[in-house]
Amino acid sequence: MENIQLKKKLSGEYQYGFHDDVQNVYQTEKGLDENVVRQISKIKKEPEWMLQRRLDALKLFQSKPMPKWGADLSHIDFDDIIYYASATKKAFETWDDVPEKMKQTFDRLGIPEAEQKFLAGVGAQYDSEVIYHKIREDLERQGVVFLDMDSGLREHEELVKKYFGTVIPSSDNKFAALNTAVWSGGSFLYVPKGVHVEVPLQAYFRINTKNMGQFERTLIIAEPGSSVHYQEGCSAPVYTTDALHSAVVEIIALEGSRVQYTTIQNWSNDVYNLVTKRAKAYKDATVFWLDGNIGSKVTMKYPAVLLMEPGARGEVVSVALAGKGQHQDAGAKIFHLASDTSSLITNKSISHDGGRTTYRGKVYVSPTATNVKSNVECDALILDEKSASDTVPYMEIQSDDVSISHEASVSKLDSEKLFYLQSRGLSEEKAKQLLVQGFIEPFVKQLPMEYAVELNRLVDLEMEGSVG
Amino acid sequence: MAITLTAEKNTLQIKDLHASVEGKDVLKGVNLTLRSGEVHALMGPNGSGKSTLSAIVMGHPKYAVEKGDILFNGESILSWTPEKRALAGLFLAFQYPAEVPGVSVANFLRTAYNQLQPKERQLPVFKFASLLDEKMKELLIPSHFAERYLNDGFSGGEKKRCEILQMAILKPKIALMDETDSGLDVDALRIVAEGTNRLVQQTGLGVLLVTHYPRILQYVKPHFVHLFVNGRIVKTGGMELAEEVERTGYGQLEAAPTPASNAPAEKATKKTKAKQPA
Repeated sequence: MENIQLKKKLSGEYQYGFHDDVQNVYQTEKGLDENVVRQISKIKKEPEWMLQRRLDALKLFQSKPMPKWGADLSHIDFDDIIYYASATKKAFETWDDVPEKMKQTFDRLGIPEAEQKFLAGVGAQYDSEVIYHKIREDLERQGVVFLDMDSGLREHEELVKKYFGTVIPSSDNKFAALNTAVWSGGSFLYVPKGVHVEVPLQAYFRINTKNMGQFERTLIIAEPGSSVHYQEGCSAPVYTTDALHSAVVEIIALEGSRVQYTTIQNWSNDVYNLVTKRAKAYKDATVFWLDGNIGSKVTMKYPAVLLMEPGARGEVVSVALAGKGQHQDAGAKIFHLASDTSSLITNKSISHDGGRTTYRGKVYVSPTATNVKSNVECDALILDEKSASDTVPYMEIQSDDVSISHEASVSKLDSEKLFYLQSRGLSEEKAKQLLVQGFIEPFVKQLPMEYAVELNRLVDLEMEGSVG
Repeated sequence: MAITLTAEKNTLQIKDLHASVEGKDVLKGVNLTLRSGEVHALMGPNGSGKSTLSAIVMGHPKYAVEKGDILFNGESILSWTPEKRALAGLFLAFQYPAEVPGVSVANFLRTAYNQLQPKERQLPVFKFASLLDEKMKELLIPSHFAERYLNDGFSGGEKKRCEILQMAILKPKIALMDETDSGLDVDALRIVAEGTNRLVQQTGLGVLLVTHYPRILQYVKPHFVHLFVNGRIVKTGGMELAEEVERTGYGQLEAAPTPASNAPAEKATKKTKAKQPA
């Protein structure tokens, strides 16, 4: 089994690139207009205010120009995308209720096993609808809510109405507007005051329909003094035409809470991954984005933290790997809007086999914020002559009482290190893998064990055959 | 011309080796035969090319072999990659080992160890950990060392000990020890020397001890001492040669006449060019 997968990988086939023959129950026509948006909202039986949000956002999406400052997005054809498809009408309570075809898919992704061993709950998203959602009973008793976003809206409308779009308004950027207009699925996570969720909560997302855009919407609310770690892993089957993934993730970390959000993005290499992720951290709260980008054709993603009140802390630790035909344009944004706030940005990027990485980051300190500390470190590793890396850091410091450090390095693979490892019997390929593993270790060591193992394995697989 | 009739077990032969780096000649006709269980000291002044010799034997891509040959068990290894040389049983203890942040000593050594073993003898994490632990104890290396990143932030002495640890784990047939003694205090030197002696006695390791100072030879007794000056061996003898160096330094020896067997070759012809760095 292992060998077959390895062979597929070596022959350039995407490991998760299988396609299930599941008939979609609902699917909108290609392209986007008011009717499509109304249809989506109607299928979901949404309250009127949400439909209105969607329609307003649609207008913003249509009026905003394509962003030109980042990666090349000129090949996206918005008229050639299916904005909503659902393979099932409802979320399943238990694994037994899930149709066999989908189960096979998830079995191949290893979800049930993972759940048994590590996870408190699984929200597995199959195209637009979450088909399987379960949360460990003791968490439920503590009042933790972990639902797909549609159920979240149905069952906790007041909370959603209070927070939805408050961190990322639909006017923020073209893709946030698009997401707001057509969002479907995603996670709704609510952690009550003082509750510490000890085990990571996890959701898998999966695109299965050809030309299917995936626009999940995630909202995380951490009440004062609570803590939670949310993880997502992504995969998509291979299609020759480009798929679009444009998610919005909003986090509200209230006083003294801690929220960690971990993503390992492994979309297949034809997906545009244009994601807006942002958190508000209030008094003494900490938000930690741990963000890994391995797959996709183009990724533009800059997890952000708005430090709203004194004592707030934001951390963004990310790693990007770009191979043939890939552009990973990723980074972080931190806004110091209050005094006594601190932030840390660590970015590691690796480009190989013609891939391109860009670190794009911003640190803003408002004029009234004093005693602000910020450390930015970005390191790029370029493995061959065909590959490239750029660093685009912005600093906007309007206060004097700040301590800011910024370190950036770009390195090529050190031939002395390579020789050293080869002289111990490691092949050039194995030696490169080890050097890359070492390079991203500061990222990997912060991951939960099963993610660390998976990431190292993914990186090894991506690197295989890259020696030439 | 000498003809190798039978390949002696674990024998390294260097024959009239000429090599250059960036157009500059660094080896000018080196001849040396090193057999299993033998310890050869290669002594010479700084810049004589003695470290270069060990790097070239290990296949460093920076150097181009212009003439001559390197044989291991009768087979030319000039076209072999460094890893193939390692798999055959060659080992280079580096004078300046590379730092590899993010990769622990244990992880690296297990990867390297398993690379050298046939599949059925590869060790899983825990079994390897006990092997590593045993070898570290022999070399008086504290156990937390295993989890440190390879050579990253190591002191000079720690790096050298780490090289010997690698040698003890990987069990090569021939070790090229490049100035392993430099930068070591007496205690560390003794530990390193004992570790080397143990391998010579227990596994029949052959050693080429490249050194500037005779000091280490009090602890690792060489069977042969070679004086290396200006890219070639100018004199071969026993311990008395090392003692002579101790007394008189290298100054006089550099003026010594070239032995006939190492007569300088005519203009070197390009024969083999090692793979260039990517």
